[in-house]
Parts: sequence; structure tokens; C-alpha cells
Amino acid sequence: MIHIEDLSVCYQGKDGPITAIENINLNISQGEICAVIGPSGGGKSTLLKVLAGIIKGYRGRVLIDGRKVDPKTHRIGFIPQNDGLIKWRTVEQNIRLSAKIKDGRKHIDRNYYLELIKRLNIQGMKERYPNQLSGGERQRVSLARVFLLKPHLLLMDESFSALDAITREEVRRVFLDVWKAHRVTTVFVTHDINEAIFLGEKVVVLSAAPGKVVNMMHNPLFGKSCSFTTGDYAELNRKLRKMLRGDQNHAASCI
Amino acid sequence: MRLHAYKSVHYIYGLLIIFGSWQLLAVMTDSPIWLSPWDILMHLYETFHSTIAVHALYSLRRTVLGISLSLAIGVPLGVLTGYFKKMDRLFSPMLYFSYPIPKMALLPVVMLLFGLGEATKVIMIFLIIFFPIVVNIRDEVKNIPGEVYEPMYSLGAKPLQVINEIILPGIVPAILTSLRIGIGTAISILFFTENFGTVYGMGYFIMDAWMRVNYMQMYSGIVVLSILGLICFIMIDCLEVFICRWKSLR
Repeated sequence: MIHIEDLSVCYQGKDGPITAIENINLNISQGEICAVIGPSGGGKSTLLKVLAGIIKGYRGRVLIDGRKVDPKTHRIGFIPQNDGLIKWRTVEQNIRLSAKIKDGRKHIDRNYYLELIKRLNIQGMKERYPNQLSGGERQRVSLARVFLLKPHLLLMDESFSALDAITREEVRRVFLDVWKAHRVTTVFVTHDINEAIFLGEKVVVLSAAPGKVVNMMHNPLFGKSCSFTTGDYAELNRKLRKMLRGDQNHAASCI
Repeated sequence: MRLHAYKSVHYIYGLLIIFGSWQLLAVMTDSPIWLSPWDILMHLYETFHSTIAVHALYSLRRTVLGISLSLAIGVPLGVLTGYFKKMDRLFSPMLYFSYPIPKMALLPVVMLLFGLGEATKVIMIFLIIFFPIVVNIRDEVKNIPGEVYEPMYSLGAKPLQVINEIILPGIVPAILTSLRIGIGTAISILFFTENFGTVYGMGYFIMDAWMRVNYMQMYSGIVVLSILGLICFIMIDCLEVFICRWKSLR
């Protein structure tokens, strides 16, 4: 379980300290997938980097399973905005690297590895390099890299945003398929409302900077691929849009 | 391996153009200064083992030692200054201060400190190619995007793991580029430093032949230096094709 209490992050800007996120309180249950949406510059990526243990200077409490977040003790898989693959390593080396870094050994659970790459349909790409892959293939490789870790927490920072619409839908489905097989506690950031509705069991709406939780809701349409055409979907989509737009209007009126 | 991608035919064209123009010039001018390249090559073939080889080996040894020393100190320093901001803040001002000093001006100082022997020649090569190596490696490390590191930091990767697993394999092309720059520069420097305190080396051989007005030997020496450089460049290019396959694959 993830417990975030009164989380605030400030950093030093050119004209003095800037608050990226302010007093965020959030609980994410074990095996839950949580979508975080919000306007650009609202501190979504900052929130993820705090959860990943990359940003250490924050106020408040961030606990994973009751312990302070620490990349050394927790198994945290992180997929950054542009997949984060290393272009000078083959697909197989990229996938194995996380496990090697975390566990300090070269040998991995071979059966699990083979099952994973089969499920992600990347068996024939092991010897290729990232620049030989399409955007969708690269995302599937980065998913293999984090799932091979068997992480306690999976974090994705607008991971599918650079893909075209059709590939994005395909990768979302593949992700959900793998995720359902492992049910890893997941937090992902997106600015795509459709993605948040399709992949988020829980949807958290953040405000413009400094990021605060505007709303948090359980999503009844989670994982329903045909839901884009239903009235319920349209209603939820409209509601989320209103929250985001309302917040932007609020931000604009403040200026 | 994609060695076939290596365009050796282009080198042959290049050599043909240079030697063709040179031959033409020699025929047109008919001067004792412009000797025919064909005659020079024949002279080289006849005298290389007996006269030139020992000089070439001395120069090669000095070049290899100078470049190895520069890489051995320059690569780690470049990686550390590129990766750790504190190291960058500490070393970069010193680098920028020392880099523009014309190192040839330091030759008397180096000779006073290290004498007229081999050490001076190696240290002069080191002094001249060390700085571009450090700056090149440092900038290459800085150019690795942050998103490559982030998944590793979330796993609690130690700096040594990041350097070993990400940075060092990623800067191999920059190391090879540094080698290319180093070889060209080292050979130029050698020519100068080998004129002091030694009777071995291609620099000594060429200048000695010039002073004895033996233009055939002088040109042979110049061609040997050129071939030495060419072989080194080809070896580095081949090495890059083998080690950095990711660069050529699309």
C-alpha cells in the first residue's frame, strides 16, 4: 500500500523557491492501478519521482507498505516519458539490466523472462537495438524491463504519450493484459483522459501548479475496452474534462 | 558482423587521387624537390627493413604510450566531471584555464623536469591530447539523457553501477573519436619532439634526411608517417563497426 501524507515539494527557481506540489494526501491500495491526470506543469512527474525515490527533498510522508520510500529496499519499476531504453544495449540487455542492477546477478528467472517476452510479443527482437524498434515495440520492451523485476510498485510517466493513436491503444491493451497477470501496484501519469479512464482503477485529478489533489474517484469503467462508445464513458469523460478545465480557468483567473 | 559496410574502396580512391596528383606534379615540374611517388614507394620497399623500421617502431611506441597515458587518466576524469556536478565545478575551471596554454611552449620545462629521454616525448604527447580527451568525454557523458538514468535510480543503482552499466558502454564512440584526434595530434607532436635528444624516431629520421639533402629518404619518412596514421585510423574505424554496432544499425 502507498500512503502519501501532506506531501509538498519545492525547488529553487531563478526567481526564488517554486512549489511544484502542495499538501498531497493519497492512499493507493495493494494491487491497485492509479491514474494521475492534470494540466502541464502541475507536478505530476514530480509526484512520480518522489514515489520512485529519485527526489528526496520533500516535506510530508511517503510510505510504501509502511516504510519510507527507499529505492534500495523497495522494488520500484519506473518508465520515464521516452521509455528510457539505452540505445547502446540490445533489447535483451536492456530488459535484463534492471534485474542485474537490483539483484546484482546476471542470471534471471528464465521461465518468467520467456513467459514475459512471449506475452509482450517481443521474442524475435532480443538481439535488436532500440533504434531498430518502432515506438510500440520500444514501449513493450520497457514494460518487459520493469515487469521482470517483479516490482512492489510500478510508475509510468506519460509512457504512451509519444505513440500514435492506434499503437497507443494496442500498447495499453498489452499493458493491461500483463498487469492483470501480476497485479502490481501502479501509479501512472497521463494527460490523456481516455487513457486515465481505460487504465485507472482510481483516477486522481491534480490542479495546475502548485499541484494539489482536486478530485479522486473510483473508476467503474476501468479496463472496459468497448466503453468509449457508452453513455457512462461520455459522462465520466465530461466530468473529468470539467474538472481539468475548471482548474485551468481557476489558474487563469489567478493570473 | 557488418565489416562489409566499411567502405575500403573509398580509401583506395583517396590514395589514387593523392598519388596521381603527386606523380603529375613530379612529371610536370621535373624538380629534385618533387620526387615521383612511385620512386619513393620503391625506395621505401627496398630500405624499410634496413633503415626506416627501427625509427617507425620508436615513434609508434611513443605514440602508443602517450595516447594510453592520456586515455588512462583522461577517460576517468572526463566521466567523473561529466557525471558528478561537484567534480565538474572543481575540475572544469582548471581544465579551461590549462587547455588554451600552447603546450609546445612547455617543452623546455618538460625537458628540464624529465630530461632529454623518452619520458619527455611521451609527456609532451600526453599534455597535448589529454585536454581534448577530457572535454570530449565529459560532454558525451553530459549528453546522456536523464531519462536513461531515472529507471536505474528508482532501483537504487549505485554510482559505480551507473558508470559501469550505462556510461562506459555509451561513451565508447567518444573514446574512439578521442583516439582519432589523439593519433593525428600525437604524430604531429612527435615530429617536433623527436628532434631533441634522440637519434631514433620518424621526426629525427625526416629532419636528418632533409639536412643531408637526401630528399628520397625524407619523402619516404613522410610517407611512412602517413601510412602509420592511416593504419591506425582504419583500425579504429573497424573497431567502431564491431564494438558500436548500434550506431550503424537502423
